[in-house]
Amino acid sequence: MSRKRDKREVIVETRNLAMHFGGVRAVDQVDFTLYDKELRCLIGPNGAGKSTFFKCLTGQLSPTSGEVIIRGQDTTLAETHEIASLGVGIKTQVPNLFDGLSVDENIWMSARRWKNSKRARSLTSETIERMNLGDMRRKIVNQLSHGQRQWVELGMVVAAEPWLVLLDEPAAGMTHEETARTAELIKEINTQAALIVVEHDMQFIRMISQQVTVFHEGQILMEDTMEAISKDRRAREVYLGSRA
Amino acid sequence: MNGNDTLRAMKPVFVFALIGIVFMFAAPYALQLFTIINLTTAIALSVLALSLALVWGYGGILCFGQVAFFGLGAYAYTIAAINFGGSTWAILVAVLVAAAFAALLGYFVFFGRVSDVYLGVITLTVTLIFFSLIRRTSGPDYKIGNALIGGFNGVTSPPLNLPWNTSSFLFPEHVFYVAMAALILSYVFCGWLVNTRFGRVCAAIRENELRSELLGYDSRLYKLGIFTIAAGIAAIGGVLFCNGVGRITPDVFNLYNAALTIIWVIVGGRGTLIGPIAATFGLFYLTSALGGQSVLNNNLVLGIILIFFVLLVPKGVAPTVTDWFTKRRKPAHNSRRRRRQGRST
Repeated sequence: MSRKRDKREVIVETRNLAMHFGGVRAVDQVDFTLYDKELRCLIGPNGAGKSTFFKCLTGQLSPTSGEVIIRGQDTTLAETHEIASLGVGIKTQVPNLFDGLSVDENIWMSARRWKNSKRARSLTSETIERMNLGDMRRKIVNQLSHGQRQWVELGMVVAAEPWLVLLDEPAAGMTHEETARTAELIKEINTQAALIVVEHDMQFIRMISQQVTVFHEGQILMEDTMEAISKDRRAREVYLGSRA
Repeated sequence: MNGNDTLRAMKPVFVFALIGIVFMFAAPYALQLFTIINLTTAIALSVLALSLALVWGYGGILCFGQVAFFGLGAYAYTIAAINFGGSTWAILVAVLVAAAFAALLGYFVFFGRVSDVYLGVITLTVTLIFFSLIRRTSGPDYKIGNALIGGFNGVTSPPLNLPWNTSSFLFPEHVFYVAMAALILSYVFCGWLVNTRFGRVCAAIRENELRSELLGYDSRLYKLGIFTIAAGIAAIGGVLFCNGVGRITPDVFNLYNAALTIIWVIVGGRGTLIGPIAATFGLFYLTSALGGQSVLNNNLVLGIILIFFVLLVPKGVAPTVTDWFTKRRKPAHNSRRRRRQGRST
């Protein structure tokens, strides 16, 4: 198994990554590796450092020390837009949309970043179809429900046709049905791109997971399949507990 | 968006431009010369309002010192025109000086990631620095080329002349034509700009800067771009202003004018271009009318109007009128929209 994985290209790597806020070591000496076309979930209790780690990857925070390497490029101190420009699609924990603009315009913004105007328009229509947002494409996004807004944001990620997708809690606040559909979508994205998904919802992780990384107190506690982690005593203690 | 879509989105812009053209040719026949000269000043101020409507309404950048670029344009024009002995190249110099200064200021502000509120403070401060600085330039020592800067008395601005003949100056009614044409062209340019990819990205950055960065847009560059363009347009207003009034004084940079520009855009409506232009004309005439009586204090009335708008018409005139019309037309509008959607999807 491990030999097979080693043959694949490493696309995200962190070396001794650390992010300290004053005396708090939110992320501490993390060595993390993601291979091409991999779908990786990051889990861990609140305050484990998942979101901080995510923000270091996406350039929203500049790490205290260590390195982030995305497809051979050192992006440790890169700006967010520079990381996105490598072909990385990002969805943050708090929904970030162009609130006063229509669904159409939101998706178009993403498509038009890399494509010419004709291709951007057709890509926008395709994405809206794919996200089942057809009957609300002219609505202003701040009039939509929470779940719909999440999809508009996922649509923006997809419309950029990224090869690496970073999602921070994509199923947060979704109904069971919406969560299931999001899981389907993530599997679909995974046919084209590698993903890192930060999630709390264990049901959701079971729907999509292959390899899971468990964070605890700013460090990686273990990395394995979901079944193995469910059985592991340490992992259960720090996170799963009664919920598993 | 391809060319046809841009043109369709610009339909209202062309309608208003056409109204402007009709007004431009009809006004000199219907109005007295005194009114025409006054109008030229109002037009100059409305170009300033237009530039703030662009940078604040579309770019989301609250520039409290838009009048600085207006005044800078007026001074640059005047000094260049005195030195060149003609106005044509001086206009270009005015636009370039204001835009270059905006680019420099904007570079530090946007690339330094100064947040919105501080940006307002910084731009206002810069305006007031110009005010204090130029007031202290009285006397023969302060001159650029042949032009005395003139301290608080200001400088007499050379009138516009024909591009091919520097000794043939334009009469006030001709300056009115030039001003009106400049306003219409600036308006159509802004109307076009906000429908281009650049303009739409700026509007998206206004809505959510982080999201635009997550999509790979360098928001700093776009903000710098729209800030610089708006400064250039404000400078055109400045050139028209010192032509309408005949001179330029440091008072252009005072707090009153800086605040007044903001009021025009609030009253006219952020997110529209025609609203602030209309509001400038409206408030300019209201101020003139109030100047003719002594019962009410001018500033008091302006203050009441501002409070009225902030509390009761927070979106401003133009968006409120548009909302009202769309609401009335809603049934017909919806069915048409549905049909169009059916075709496209």
